[in-house]
Amino acid sequence: MSERQIQLEVLRYNPETDSEPRYQSYSVPCLNEWVVLDALNYVKDNLDPTLSYRWSCHMAVCGSCGMMINGEPKLACKAFIHEYTDQIRVDPLANFPIERDLVTSVEDFITKLASVKPYLIPKSDQPVSAGEFKQTPAELKKFKQYTLCINCMLCYAACPQYGLVPEFLGPAAISMAHRYNQDSRDGGRDERQEVIASDEGVWECSFVGACSEVCPKHVDPAGALQQVKVASTIDWYKEHLMPWMKK
Amino acid sequence: MEIVKTDIAIVGAGGAGLRAAIALAEADPKLRIALISKVYPMRSHTCAAEGGAAGVIKSDDSMALHFGDTVGGGDWLSDQDAVEYFIQEAPKELTQLEHWGCPWSREPDGSVAVRPFGGMKIKRTWFAADKSGFHILHTLFQTSLKYPSIQRFDEYYATDLLVEDGRCQGLTALEIRSGQMKQFQAKAVIIAAGGGGKMFPFTTNGNIKTGDGMALAYRAGTPLKDMEFVQYHPTGLPNNGILLTEGCRGEGGVLFNKHGRRYLQDYGMGPETPIGQPVLKTMELGPRDRLSQAFWGEQKKGNTVSTPWGDCVLLDMRHLGEKKIDERLPLVRDLCISYLGKDPVKEPIPIRPVVHYMMGGIHTDTRAATRLPGLFAAGECACVSINGANRLGSNSLTELLVFGKRAALSAIEHIQSGFPTSKDAALAAQAQASEARIDALMKKTGGTETIAGLRKEMMETMETNVGIYRTGSELATACDKISELRQRYANIALHDKTHVYNTDLMQALELKSMLDCAEAVTVGARERKESRGAHQRLDFTERDDVNLLKHTLTHYHPTDPPRIEYLDVVITQSQPGVRDYSGAKK
Ligand SMILES: Cc1cc2nc3c(=O)[nH]c(=O)nc-3n(C[C@H](O)[C@H](O)[C@H](O)COP(=O)(O)OP(=O)(O)OC[C@H]3O[C@@H](n4cnc5c(N)ncnc54)[C@H](O)[C@@H]3O)c2cc1C
Ligand code: SF4
Ligand code: FES
Repeated sequence: MSERQIQLEVLRYNPETDSEPRYQSYSVPCLNEWVVLDALNYVKDNLDPTLSYRWSCHMAVCGSCGMMINGEPKLACKAFIHEYTDQIRVDPLANFPIERDLVTSVEDFITKLASVKPYLIPKSDQPVSAGEFKQTPAELKKFKQYTLCINCMLCYAACPQYGLVPEFLGPAAISMAHRYNQDSRDGGRDERQEVIASDEGVWECSFVGACSEVCPKHVDPAGALQQVKVASTIDWYKEHLMPWMKK
Repeated sequence: MEIVKTDIAIVGAGGAGLRAAIALAEADPKLRIALISKVYPMRSHTCAAEGGAAGVIKSDDSMALHFGDTVGGGDWLSDQDAVEYFIQEAPKELTQLEHWGCPWSREPDGSVAVRPFGGMKIKRTWFAADKSGFHILHTLFQTSLKYPSIQRFDEYYATDLLVEDGRCQGLTALEIRSGQMKQFQAKAVIIAAGGGGKMFPFTTNGNIKTGDGMALAYRAGTPLKDMEFVQYHPTGLPNNGILLTEGCRGEGGVLFNKHGRRYLQDYGMGPETPIGQPVLKTMELGPRDRLSQAFWGEQKKGNTVSTPWGDCVLLDMRHLGEKKIDERLPLVRDLCISYLGKDPVKEPIPIRPVVHYMMGGIHTDTRAATRLPGLFAAGECACVSINGANRLGSNSLTELLVFGKRAALSAIEHIQSGFPTSKDAALAAQAQASEARIDALMKKTGGTETIAGLRKEMMETMETNVGIYRTGSELATACDKISELRQRYANIALHDKTHVYNTDLMQALELKSMLDCAEAVTVGARERKESRGAHQRLDFTERDDVNLLKHTLTHYHPTDPPRIEYLDVVITQSQPGVRDYSGAKK
């Protein structure tokens, strides 16, 4: 296990004491198998207890530790030191307001996620005593990928549209709506569609696909967005060209 | 100080806390519910659970079998009335999750699939690939968004319970983003704050698992139970403790020592079963305590493989093939490749036992009630006890659901029983005292101890002296050391004196929780002079049902070691017997 001295340049900002963000540099002896999160923990424990950032699982599943590493949105617990040179810059996740140091505000994302009704709206009600809804492996496969989102928000940090139009629901929230829409047990698409179709952002998404590129869980939010947009377009035509089809 | 008035406050928004919140909202939409969590709900450590959740659903299974496996697996320290309730409710809860959209893996006919798990005689573990806890947590969180009466207080750190007139009537919590203290006035409080594995250095537990909930209840005067029972999971990645689920073995993975021998057969779990044809409840599908103990035996015999991260044995999954591994164990493959640089499709994976789960916790009864009226607890922070001396894998996720809901219903009964609420002034005075303690910690200067330093000493003490096999003298050392660290804690001072997102302060408070819990673990272990389940003593090698078929209850003292009390185990149908995991006579 070889050791390497890394210069970790970290954005610092404390609203109580700083008028603007600044960079602070730490020299960290890193094992080659470390991830950037290990280096931050080294700083916290040995060099500077005042540094603030979020983390918990250290296995890329809790979604807490999203940050910009050398300008790219990454999970700090899955950004391996051996993939970087001896200079690593760490900034808070782009496109979100900074609360302090590497901690950004999550509120906007949570509100958007909640707004798309990300829960099962069953086609038919069935008491628990009647047992499980049947769902074949093929039906499961249709939406499974979209259930893998860990809400890390890397896709928002990568999204040019979210940067320009903060009202945009954004990749993860839309993927989650799509996840439920595609679930064979669900009948809530119309309710969700009202929210999504009225979102300017969906129509302006330019499909650069940056969201899917950075997603650590291969959710492919860009693919979900594309499908949602096609479906919304069809809805629009149904409503405008065939008014008699309205319910 | 701002006061939030609510009917029921829940501390913790992991699996147990969310399940409780939904049960409350469903039972009565008019109830005001405050869901308080130090992290956003989906960051809770339930997200890390991989393998699955046990519940009887298939026609070849029965309640009696699930009961037998659980009680035997727990080495007869489980309360059998609690286990009976648990197994009855389990299938309903798992089905309920299915109705809420949980993407359980399926059989070709569309019914829910089950997989084998260690110590279980029948396949009964529901799973969602190897991300079961993740899906359970997100399903619960997303479902909770349906209920407007669930008011969330995300990133609030609970510091103290408010106890007045002998009843728990709320708590204080710090809003982390502002550093402001809030008083929550509640008619009942449910603690669902998870485990405390972080008192050990090598663990599958996330950074947030610092025993806060246990410590909250403990300091408020209600005892902890069976804290000495700490589960080592046999298969952790050696460099960072990341878990490889028991599902690896459930699907057919096997364990080898450095000579290529399936060594479990030398520890009463033989005879060897054919590779690729796992047999339930024997060899690799034995219970966790036995498997971790066998590792220790191999290490003593010099049969382990040495790696840069210490001694290991090998988990071989190659014979499962790429297709099955990708379908059933995709996360495991990803974790092995990413964090260890080894692909289980191509080579055996070195693994070693890792601290995983606390069987012990806040003493509760089958109603999820503590001894303090108005205070309930559920999930890993509670000890009902269904897990006894050794939890069977996949019983915990189910437990969160069953007792999360039970705690909610009991809290409602408590409110309905009608009692006068105490004077606002009395509660406010307590809240102010709590705020003053934090203020004093914030303002203190000239500390001679560091948080990181004390934490390191605590972890080393626990690892060295409170491991898989224990001795009286090591445990005595551990007790002295933890007691010393508790004293030295008084000499810390914070470096960070500011208020917004002060993680220096959080770490100080978390360290206090861990030290309090660690003392309950060490003292409980020193006093339990027998070997049972996960508590194995080299100086008392036998189980002692005459004197110690009992739960350990630990009572808090602010400066001195805790007082110990013993409580009889509840037995309804199964007298203590032999735990037989040999495949021979089945
Ligand atoms: C890697 C891993 C894999 C596992 N796999 C399985 C499995 O396959 N099957 C199985 O049955 N079990 C498994 N377990 C065990 C099981 O996952 C846990 O026991 C369970 O998820 C704990 O859930 P919980 O709701 O009690 O706590 P958690 O999910 O840990 O949640 C605790 C909550 O309490 C909050 N909290 C804590 N302290 C405070 C405070 N001071 N103030 C405010 N809020 C606070 C946290 O913010 C969090 O929301 C596994 C455990 C691990 C670690
Ligand atoms: S879609 Fe991917 S990148 Fe976006 S929040 Fe979910 S997991 Fe993260
Ligand atoms: S710490 Fe959980 S995703 Fe990185």
